[in-house]
Amino acid sequence: MIRDITIGQYYPSESALHRLDPRVKIIGTLVYVISLFLFRNPAGLLVATLFLGFCIGLSKVPLSFIFKGVRAILVFLLITVVFNLFLVPGEPVLRIWKLTISREGIHTAVFTAIRLIYLIFGSSLMTLTTTPNHLTDGLERLLEPLRIIHVPAHEVAMMMSIALRFIPILLEETDKIMKAQTARGADFESGGLIRKVKGLVPLLVPLFISAFRRASDLALAMEARCYRGGKGRTKMNPLRYTAGDRIAYGVILLYLILLTVALRFT
Amino acid sequence: MSLKLEQLSYSYGDHKVYEIQALKDISLEIRSGEFVGVIGQTGSGKSTLMQMMNALEKPGEGKVFFHGQDVWAADFDRKGLRSKVGLVFQYPEHQLFESDVLSDVCFGPKNLGLSPQEAKKRAKEALALVGVEEACYKMSPFELSGGQRRRVAIAGVLAMEPEFLILDEPTAGLDPKGRDEILGQIALLHRQKGMGVILVSHSMEDVARYVERILVMDQGRLVYDGVPREIFARCEQLAQMGLAAPNVTYILHGLKEKGLQVDTDPVTVEEARDAILRALGREP
Ligand SMILES: Nc1ncnc2c1ncn2[C@@H]1O[C@H](COP(=O)(O)OP(=O)(O)O)[C@@H](O)[C@H]1O
Ligand SMILES: [Mg+2]
Repeated sequence: MIRDITIGQYYPSESALHRLDPRVKIIGTLVYVISLFLFRNPAGLLVATLFLGFCIGLSKVPLSFIFKGVRAILVFLLITVVFNLFLVPGEPVLRIWKLTISREGIHTAVFTAIRLIYLIFGSSLMTLTTTPNHLTDGLERLLEPLRIIHVPAHEVAMMMSIALRFIPILLEETDKIMKAQTARGADFESGGLIRKVKGLVPLLVPLFISAFRRASDLALAMEARCYRGGKGRTKMNPLRYTAGDRIAYGVILLYLILLTVALRFT
Repeated sequence: MSLKLEQLSYSYGDHKVYEIQALKDISLEIRSGEFVGVIGQTGSGKSTLMQMMNALEKPGEGKVFFHGQDVWAADFDRKGLRSKVGLVFQYPEHQLFESDVLSDVCFGPKNLGLSPQEAKKRAKEALALVGVEEACYKMSPFELSGGQRRRVAIAGVLAMEPEFLILDEPTAGLDPKGRDEILGQIALLHRQKGMGVILVSHSMEDVARYVERILVMDQGRLVYDGVPREIFARCEQLAQMGLAAPNVTYILHGLKEKGLQVDTDPVTVEEARDAILRALGREP
């Protein structure tokens, strides 16, 4: 029922993108997401689109998987577009009742929508091509230098990996509890808003209890295996950059250069 | 009057990469009042099959009929069906959510549209049937022991007064005493109320004692469907599927191999004792 959420889901495959070091993918995604907010002209958009298309092509992930991520934010996207359309002041082009749509409004709306969609595409692509374990390994290494200013890199990464690990478990649990309550005649679909919200109690209470139970079991299991934080902890497979990763950094740099060039065309 | 499945197939996951075929071409019919056991290794598709029976999952292919009506027809009342085919999930105590036992058991009947008084009456009956004392009615489900919590959860389904009661591994994680008590009470329900019972288990011993018919699942297929002694006679095939016949079956077969003319059909310890005594020429 609720298995459609792609964010944080891994798509197993053997592509160049899958093989990249997670650090490259994290930095690449970060750079890309920031770059999306730098341009306001079609040339910049073209460069960003081409780069995204290139990465998606490399990843061998079916497009349908990448599109799924957008479905989750569709409502948010629509609201953003509508607000931008009607509320950005400027040269009016269309008048519906008391509302005006301006040329600037259309421009802003289109660009905002594209940015949001690309943002989701880009980050979905990262999670689809990187296993959660790799992702947190990468993050831990990237945060390591911040230890000097007392950022607990290992703990943050550990919490993240546990959280990620719990997402599918909790989804499965939700599915199971929903079915079990449906078997007792509960109805999660019909009825007005109040009835729907009230109907959630039989779902949420068991879900919370189960989340706490699992968390405490896990904590106990970790303690039983002498886990005591990141200090002095080594890795079985430490991350190492390869030639492919260096090339990938080169490609990201190339993208930034092209984008800067594109920004000059207005 | 029956529950009938016709050439049912089902896959989890909507994409090739994640697809797991959980059920493959299953046809079977369960008549009212039957006591059926379903056995199979973990992952053989038992739970999925049970969810087909009360329309919690829609089959990919094939049909489900309840009293001859297609349950996936557009105008079929599936909510009504779920009250007539009561499904108790594995670890049902994890689904308790009310602040006291009685209200939790009332949840099902209330969803059927019964008045609070009627719901309470049914809840009390159901709790009595599974052997939960009145002193517990106002307690929080979390104050109870594991076995009692499970009874409360089973009562939650019984209170809807189903025609068929499906129990998915009702004894998982219980101690032998709790297991025997719960199974004993279910068997009693079957005898006294004529309720059809489908008991899912991966333990032959559990099933052997009570059921009159066994379905064996293996890798999503229904491989055997018959009375217990027919099924247990195939110890070797069962072993290949990671299942075991009851221990007494092995003992009786062993005795016969050694030359004792003993009847190998019994499936419970008591029956086996009598059979051995008879074979030795003594009065049971
Ligand atoms: N919610 C689910 N999502 C995906 N796969 C599932 C789900 N539930 C069960 N499966 C898979 O379907 C198969 C049958 O599972 P199940 O019906 O639970 O078997 P059993 O109850 O006999 O242990 C297994 O391979 C299992 O991994
Ligand atoms: Mg199961």
